Amino acid sequence: MPEPIALKLTAKDFKSDQEVRWCPGCGDYAILAAMQSFMPELNIPRERIVFVSGIGCSSRFPYYMDTYGMHSIHGRAPAIATGLSTSRPDLSVWVVTGDGDALSIGGNHLIHALRRNVNLKILLFNNKIYGLTKGQYSPTSELGKVTKSTPSGSADSPFNPISLALGAEATFVARTIDSDRKHLQSVLRAAAEHRGSAFVEIYQNCNIFNDGAFDALKEPATRDDFTIRLEHGQPITFGAEGQWCVIHPPGGFGLEVKPTAEVESHEIVAHDQTVAEPAYAFALSRLPGEDLRHSPIGVFRAVDRPCYDDLVRGQVEAAKGKLKGSAESELASLLNSGDTWTIV
Amino acid sequence: MQLTGDRFTSETAQLGNDISTLPNFPAEIRAPAGTLPGVSSFQVHFADFDILTPGDAPNVLVAMNPAALKANLDDLPRGATIIVNTDEFTKRNLTKVGYAENPLEDGSLDGYAVTPVALTSMTVKALEGQAISKKDAERAKNMFALGLLSWLYSRPHESTLAFLERKFAARPELVTANIVAFKAGWAFGETTESFAVRYEVKPAKQQPGNYRNITGNTALALGLVAAGVRSGLPVFLGAYPITPASDILHELSKHKKFGVTTMQAEDEIAAVGAALGASYGGALGVTTTSGPGVALKSETISLGVALELPLIVVDVQRAGPSTGMPTKTEQADLQMALFGRHGEAPVAVVAPRSPTDCFAMAIEAARIAITYRTPVLLLSDGYLANGSEPWLLPDVDDLPDLRVEFATEPNSPDGFMPYLRDPATLARPWAVPGTPGLEHRIGGLEKADITGDISYDPTNHDFMVRTRAARIEAIEVPEMEVEDPDSNARVLVLGWGSTYGPIGAACRALRQRGLPIAQAHLRHLNPMPRNVGEVLGRYARVVIPEMNLGQLAHVIRARFLIDAMAYNQVRGLPFTSSELEFMLEEVVKNA
Repeated sequence: MPEPIALKLTAKDFKSDQEVRWCPGCGDYAILAAMQSFMPELNIPRERIVFVSGIGCSSRFPYYMDTYGMHSIHGRAPAIATGLSTSRPDLSVWVVTGDGDALSIGGNHLIHALRRNVNLKILLFNNKIYGLTKGQYSPTSELGKVTKSTPSGSADSPFNPISLALGAEATFVARTIDSDRKHLQSVLRAAAEHRGSAFVEIYQNCNIFNDGAFDALKEPATRDDFTIRLEHGQPITFGAEGQWCVIHPPGGFGLEVKPTAEVESHEIVAHDQTVAEPAYAFALSRLPGEDLRHSPIGVFRAVDRPCYDDLVRGQVEAAKGKLKGSAESELASLLNSGDTWTIV
Repeated sequence: MQLTGDRFTSETAQLGNDISTLPNFPAEIRAPAGTLPGVSSFQVHFADFDILTPGDAPNVLVAMNPAALKANLDDLPRGATIIVNTDEFTKRNLTKVGYAENPLEDGSLDGYAVTPVALTSMTVKALEGQAISKKDAERAKNMFALGLLSWLYSRPHESTLAFLERKFAARPELVTANIVAFKAGWAFGETTESFAVRYEVKPAKQQPGNYRNITGNTALALGLVAAGVRSGLPVFLGAYPITPASDILHELSKHKKFGVTTMQAEDEIAAVGAALGASYGGALGVTTTSGPGVALKSETISLGVALELPLIVVDVQRAGPSTGMPTKTEQADLQMALFGRHGEAPVAVVAPRSPTDCFAMAIEAARIAITYRTPVLLLSDGYLANGSEPWLLPDVDDLPDLRVEFATEPNSPDGFMPYLRDPATLARPWAVPGTPGLEHRIGGLEKADITGDISYDPTNHDFMVRTRAARIEAIEVPEMEVEDPDSNARVLVLGWGSTYGPIGAACRALRQRGLPIAQAHLRHLNPMPRNVGEVLGRYARVVIPEMNLGQLAHVIRARFLIDAMAYNQVRGLPFTSSELEFMLEEVVKNA
């Protein structure tokens, strides 16, 4: 294959002429800036990149990217993007969604896109609140959350988006944080390289309606002890001194955090994102407590599975190969097939 | 078999249908079963008008074995329904009557609506645990068949159950077994959503040419394939299974070599979403469904209105509301198609008038969608979908040329303007992703005229709402034809959709009796042909028969301020020409 031509795009090339209108201080700005400066790396012409979004603050995203884009309707972006991706293999299709859009009104489309493994990069901006509608609890808000619609505290238990994606057998599942540009871009890179559906949860701060939701993972006092940085092939240790580690307890089903000093080094789990069985990644997704203590970030799972759109296109292409004459002549024989008779 | 026929006749007589029967059984009391001379048959012709013969050509054949099929096939008109007992189509039985190939598999029955049913084994299965011999269980298959037919033709069954109790009074175990078999057949019809439809073809002299028999659903699918070929666009169907539309999905999934992609989506909303996404990417996006599905798709159709992209939504209407009667026909989604969306969201609406017209109207829906970049609703119904008629095969070269040009370069000195319209069609450019230099964003938020930027400007919104309405109104559609052979009618019957055949037959019958009457049929419901108001104004009386409570009549009255008379029925059944003739005769005599 010839070397691809370097397009020499810059972050500026991906900024549209639209004024960005999120609240000052919103985590979405950081994600947008990270995306715009990451995009040139892909070396994909801007016209072949499409952002499709649903409804919510995050779903304004496509307006600010100077690519093709569609701001669609609430929850339906994965379905619309599936139709686009299936019919246009030449495009790089990104879905931008939020916790309400993807997990509440659009939950069905999300899980089906993931199980089909359509070539889509799905970025879920999780701020654990409804921002656009001004502060109701979301499907990722913690139980008991006091909001405008739940003055006595919410009565529903939250979804764990990573667990949900793994339950739908997503082939690529990752988590990152708005404030950590380097990590965010490393996850975007891995997602872009993945063939199939890539699901990326991005912890995003809503400074108006749910400020500080992820502070435990950002504040110097807690972040090292609370955040588990997953790196493929590396033993899972964390804390400023690596004083914590993850082990598989004998006889148990899940994973556990232990002080590194108390376990033998061979007992420490070495992270393997390629484990075919989703149970391992699922166990990782269950580590965090309610206070976000022991939150893994990075790539939980990246495995190969046939993609819906590749298979469907393969069937259509194989059938097209059987066309004997022109489409018109084949159509004429199709219309004239079966049991025909002539009236003179 | 004779017993089955008797019971069906008796059930039918109780319904008040006129009946003529033709029992036909071998002289031998025990002719060898499964051989041609051993075929015992029973022909019933029932109708709700005077009939004089048992019907030269049956519409339904129940063939309990290959011999029965072979002996009766020549009498069947193409398009007739054949219910076969697949359990008896063994190699041995086929050979016995001279079939080299299984006719259920070799395509020789393509012109018929074949319903293969494992009558014997399902009956035996249904009778498991009954205290009867295997032989008695197998014999009860006739009652299974009767139950199925009774469901198909909505026959009452109380008398049959009473009859069985009398007949087998001495052997209560047989009473139970036969009743169980009868009910199992009934339940099979109900749960498999079987159809019994025969489209009443408008009487007319057949033109010379090549013909085949075709159902509305198949014709519609082939029309979409043809639209793909004639436009050069790949067809993308997003669909969720729903009676009575699923056969379009089945048919289209066979035609991948024409570049047709079919996606069975996770729900109705995803189905239309994927279709719209494909249209955005430059495909001909199509979704097929029935009324409940259209309700679910409504929000996405409105998005299509805002995005101004081509989209075809096929609604094969069935009796509602809610699940209603999925296998029964109705045309009560007209006002949903015209008005059933949030905001001012006009779309084009077309409706085929006969099974073969489904082919032409699928192409017409594609023409409108592609040319004007708009969602188009196509209203078929269960009667058209499963009914069939002879189709004069079109010449591919005579089909409309639907080629389209995508935008390839900026359309203004200031760059690409996604909402700068073609002054002739008011359509905006179709700029598909992948086109360098035309990168732009579209969405459901109100857009500024020309630039397509987000806009909350009051004047702009008012302008855009009116423009979206105007561009639908501006769609070119052919004039409405009127059939008024002697130009002396005072009464016009106006219809739309599947009522075309029965109305046509009724009008012909009236004219033959010296009663003048005119017929016009709307295939374009939005926009309507330009001459509708003028045509309606020519007649003293306008009658609108519909299988709803007057939805078109309502629209006609509101739009043209005429005192149209609505004639309605919502029984899940098509009009018969005789009932329309009876009704119209009164109108003509009093006009």
